[in-house]
Amino acid sequence: MQEIVNVQKEPAIQIHAEKKAASKLKKNLEYIKKNYHLYLLVAPAIILTIIFKYIPMYGAIIAFKDFSTIKGILGSDWVGLDNFTKFLSSPNFADIFMNTLKLSFFGLIVGFPVPIILSLMLNQLRRAAIKKNIQLVLYAPNFISVVVIVGMVFIFLSPTGPINQLVSFIAGKPLMFMSNPDYFRSIYIISGIWQAAGWSSIIYVAALANVDPELHNAATIDGANILQRMIHIDLPTLKPLMAVTFILAAGGIMSIGFEKAYLMQTSMNLPSSEILPTYVYKVGLQSGDYAYSTAVGLFNSVINVILLIVVNKIVKKLNEGEGLY
Amino acid sequence: MNIKHTRIDRIILSFNNIFLCIAVLVVLVPLVYVVLASFMDPTVLLNKGISFNFSDWSFKGYQLILSNDAMVRGFINSILYSVGFAVITVVVCIFAAYPLSVNGFVGKNFFMTLFIITMFFGGGLIPTYLVVKDLGMLNTPWAILIPGAVNVWNIILARTYFKSIPYELHEAAKVDGASDLLIFFKIVLPLSKPIIFVLAMYAFVGQWNSYFDAMIYLEDPKLHPLQLVLRSILIQNQAGPGMISDQQSMAELKKLSEMIKYSSIVISSLPLMVMYPFFQKYFEKGVMAGSLK
Repeated sequence: MQEIVNVQKEPAIQIHAEKKAASKLKKNLEYIKKNYHLYLLVAPAIILTIIFKYIPMYGAIIAFKDFSTIKGILGSDWVGLDNFTKFLSSPNFADIFMNTLKLSFFGLIVGFPVPIILSLMLNQLRRAAIKKNIQLVLYAPNFISVVVIVGMVFIFLSPTGPINQLVSFIAGKPLMFMSNPDYFRSIYIISGIWQAAGWSSIIYVAALANVDPELHNAATIDGANILQRMIHIDLPTLKPLMAVTFILAAGGIMSIGFEKAYLMQTSMNLPSSEILPTYVYKVGLQSGDYAYSTAVGLFNSVINVILLIVVNKIVKKLNEGEGLY
Repeated sequence: MNIKHTRIDRIILSFNNIFLCIAVLVVLVPLVYVVLASFMDPTVLLNKGISFNFSDWSFKGYQLILSNDAMVRGFINSILYSVGFAVITVVVCIFAAYPLSVNGFVGKNFFMTLFIITMFFGGGLIPTYLVVKDLGMLNTPWAILIPGAVNVWNIILARTYFKSIPYELHEAAKVDGASDLLIFFKIVLPLSKPIIFVLAMYAFVGQWNSYFDAMIYLEDPKLHPLQLVLRSILIQNQAGPGMISDQQSMAELKKLSEMIKYSSIVISSLPLMVMYPFFQKYFEKGVMAGSLK
């Protein structure tokens, strides 16, 4: 539309517009000159971002090349989509892809409601001191490192560990938790909930503190019991927050962290524990196939972005037009 | 609340409390178990479980851990990396956030876009690794301290905080002839201690608990942070070299390595576990500020 309008304008006006743009540029340059120290303040962050974020983005073109360290990024030969087709047609592809998807999908479905339920329950506590101490305990695992969490999982689930002592007592023989691929996902998800559920409940607890007490009073007069008030007053309050949290989690479903899955891998549980990020690390840094590994990583991030957009659309529809963006 | 609860409400509330008690126990029991187990003789632990007969207790695990070079060095390295990283990232992010909060800052949108894009797209593991390698940072502490220093989230948080400082303060200072830079150092920074503290704590905890960057960038065991040492003890089942090799039998060796596992978990988690209750308020603030966008 604007172009059409511009064409119809008199040449004189166009010149005027150019002059205006020029004077704006001059003004901006003056501003930059006068406030150059402000630009010095942003400079370190900008330089670091360019070096460690944008140069690697450019470097990702090695996914389309037959990369050799000697020839460098520019000098290596283009191979088109060879690296991608190699991955998509490899026998591992379906397994690794599905492992990644299943691990985060089930993690999201099982893990998402837990902090919400916790917050609803915490909200019922009337004595501030008790509430605070319970929160203190529930938040604590968040501060334990992945290495320690996985270390504890190995200790607790070892054939002679405390859980297997119980299992042996009941079933007669210990279960091989860490070497059976069937157990990997459950262990990963449950230990994740153990660590993060308390901490994730913080925002919900805070949102519930803002509920108008008048609503509860009115409902009580109408004869609603606590459970009904939780479901019809507290839960709807959390809805917008749940939508945002869900989009963020669902959008990140394929960007599941490398750190924990890698530590939990044993040679025996690989059929279910090998996921895209661990595969990228192994073929890339352990076997040195840089180009192939980059292609797998790129494939992963493209799916991520698509997921984020799709999930946002869906939630927008379900949530009366309220999405993340 | 001075509403009288009905009978059904009281029942619901008691269920509520029971479930919460279970949740607390589920979190607490494994933690307490590890702490107690770290003092147990492994044979007793295996045969009888946790024992409160103090003649069964032993400090051998802690003795071995504290006299182990790799562990002590890892601990010192982790403190250096975590403090160094917190300082660098906070300085870089706070500095970047201030101009972006100044009204009429030319190029604000361009810079913000530049930062925000990196939250959604990245070059990936290998291209980043190659950059770090080409800069000669491999196998130096810089690989831990610098590449992750720009945290866009931190910049957004700090910027939001700066914007919440009343603009009248800026105006008054400007009337007195102060430049934006002077306003930043003399007025904004002193008022921003809480956010600086929150960001620093997050950076410290994050760095203390991470192992991935160290694993890919640092080959030299002398540079390894605590989490990598822990990884070899807990996950790879290699109690540090020289830690227990002077013991005679294999059985004895296995017993001691079990013990070391428990005590190393306690030692490594101790700093954060002791620190955290005091700073819980600040950590929560960080989460809240983040959720406001």
